[in-house]
Amino acid sequence: MEMNNKRKNCRPRKISRRGFIQGTALGLASLAIPVGSADASVWEAFFQKHFREMNDDEKKAVIKRMEKEYSERYGRDLTIKTTNAEPGVLFGYGLDLSRCIGCRRCVYACVRENNQSRDPQIHWISVLEFEKGEKWINDLEGSDKYYNPDEVPEDGFFYMPVQCQQCENPPCVRACPTQATWKEPDGIVVIDYNWCIGCRYCMAACPYGARRFNWGHPRIARSELNTETHYLGNRPRSVGVVEKCTFCIQRTRGENGRYPACVEICPVGARKFGNLLDPDSEIRYIIENKRVFRLKEDLNTFPKFYYFFAT
Amino acid sequence: MVYIFKNFFITWKQILKGDKWYYAWLGFLSIFIVLGIAAYVQQVNRGMIETAMRDQVSWGFYISNFTFLVGVAAAAVYLVVPAYVYNFKPIKEIVLFGELLAVTAIIMCILFILVDMGRPERVWHLLPIVGAMNFPRSLLAWDVIVLNGYLAINLIISFYVLYRTAHDKEYNMQIIKPLIIISIPWAISIHTVTAFLYNGLPSRPFWNAAVLAPRFIASALCSGPALMLIIFQIIRKVSRIDIDNRAIHKIGELIAYAMGVNLFLFAAEFFKEFYSGSVHLAPMKYLYFGLHGHANLVPWMWPALLFNITAFFLFLLPKTREHPFGLNLACILVITGVYIEKGMGLIVPGFIPGTLGEIYEYTPTMLEKVITVGIWAGGAMIYTFLLKFAMPIHTGELRFVSEASEKTE
Repeated sequence: MEMNNKRKNCRPRKISRRGFIQGTALGLASLAIPVGSADASVWEAFFQKHFREMNDDEKKAVIKRMEKEYSERYGRDLTIKTTNAEPGVLFGYGLDLSRCIGCRRCVYACVRENNQSRDPQIHWISVLEFEKGEKWINDLEGSDKYYNPDEVPEDGFFYMPVQCQQCENPPCVRACPTQATWKEPDGIVVIDYNWCIGCRYCMAACPYGARRFNWGHPRIARSELNTETHYLGNRPRSVGVVEKCTFCIQRTRGENGRYPACVEICPVGARKFGNLLDPDSEIRYIIENKRVFRLKEDLNTFPKFYYFFAT
Repeated sequence: MVYIFKNFFITWKQILKGDKWYYAWLGFLSIFIVLGIAAYVQQVNRGMIETAMRDQVSWGFYISNFTFLVGVAAAAVYLVVPAYVYNFKPIKEIVLFGELLAVTAIIMCILFILVDMGRPERVWHLLPIVGAMNFPRSLLAWDVIVLNGYLAINLIISFYVLYRTAHDKEYNMQIIKPLIIISIPWAISIHTVTAFLYNGLPSRPFWNAAVLAPRFIASALCSGPALMLIIFQIIRKVSRIDIDNRAIHKIGELIAYAMGVNLFLFAAEFFKEFYSGSVHLAPMKYLYFGLHGHANLVPWMWPALLFNITAFFLFLLPKTREHPFGLNLACILVITGVYIEKGMGLIVPGFIPGTLGEIYEYTPTMLEKVITVGIWAGGAMIYTFLLKFAMPIHTGELRFVSEASEKTE
């Protein structure tokens, strides 16, 4: 059911002339409102500094303001962490193409965990379906992102999920004119949603179609909100900014680090995650012992996302 | 001090007072400006979901118009070089209007970028020091610098010349010459940097071709001057300014050469893609023949090519370019042809097929069109005001007052 919606969402909304005029009139009327209702927090938000330029006190003040704003918006209390990267950690991901069955459970687990908008729908993971024996990684045109059979896996097809590849040399970071997106010391490429101007140059620059824009006002049902959030990760976004996979930064960072939601949900164990700097980690074992490749290696982006074949 | 206010008042009076045709023209433009603002308010309120852009095609009609207008702005250099470097008198007399057109085009460029931003109120994040400008890494940061710099250079030159003339004084070439000399490479730079902005993305093979920047400049030197030729003929009609036919024919001839280069570079690109026939042929195939049944731009691209080729011959042959009909037809063909080729024809195929092979056909919504027309109308109004003010100064009909001028009366 949700698969069908997804297809519908990528089509532009048709606007009738009448609807257009009505909307225009409403729009003009609402221009006056923000001026009247402006309180201090609106200005605080406007003048908020870049995340990396805030000191701890400033961060605390910002988080307090945001927690209040979110609780007003969603009617639920929410915590925003700012856990820093741990030294000696560089996150890496493995995806076993021989196991993936294309069930898209990862797609929807990610949506729930990371507070993606449900209407319009935003997905950070795209699962591509390829016909066996056809061209694939170098000519993705043959892939189908909107496959919709009664049952997966379909005979004669195989699947390749794609999400942010957390490049060591990320073209999106280079592109951003305001430094609103950057690579953290543990290798995760993050966005300060309050600094992004919504120019979408990063989306043009990304070779993996990993970045998503909030074209409309994001909507999440109150009951479905994940209240455990990270400033650079899954805190709810607003209209007009870009978002992307952060390896579930709110889960994976810190003392009691957990696996990303997509790793946890995968029913066939196709998804692996770990510390590339730890020689005993599973991800290191995979890289050293399996047949691995990375997507579009010819672009020299050096993804930390390894596709492999275990069987 | 009192003269500043007096002259300020003179300026406003000159801009706001006109005959009924003047008011009719302003009223006509105002309708589209108001509609454009209203549509923009709606876009701000509901988000950019009101446009047809989506994650697959994340830039569309606004950025297409922006790209075309950078070309128009850069083309003022086509007047500056013969005017100041070669001292070609007929063009030197009209170079001012070219500079004012560059000013207008850059203002329109900035407006197109602003309406394309998801968070326009955060535009100050782009600035150095108060914001966090990603300079020199981001090409978009470079573009902010070169476009604003070009705006400043042209504003200073044109307003300095106007100010001195309005005071009946000769302008000092020592002061503006360095600026004029800078403005020549700077004009090339705004176009080069804008081309590099697309060119530097290996994720988009269609843009990632070295021919992009040279072709940008060649096509800019067609569309911008063609627009100026039409404007010059209008100026000649509505004012006492005499624009020498030699200037117009010379510019027409220069357009022919630029178009020749543009067509050659296009042919080089076309050959390379189709003869080698690699995977990266897909966007070009989408443009001219359609891809997997998707062919929205095909009915635009072939006429654009035909227009450009026709205009090339019309400008090349002295017989047609010196005939008013041939000249104006060629101008309209060039403007339309380049607008298609360097607008939608350049931006959209960068995204088709997408980086994951998806094909999403993009056609701008009514709202995008209304906002775009609104910005064009706004640009036309700005240029009208600039001309209304500059033309009588140029002809000597309008003068500022100063202590010296009042004494002589």
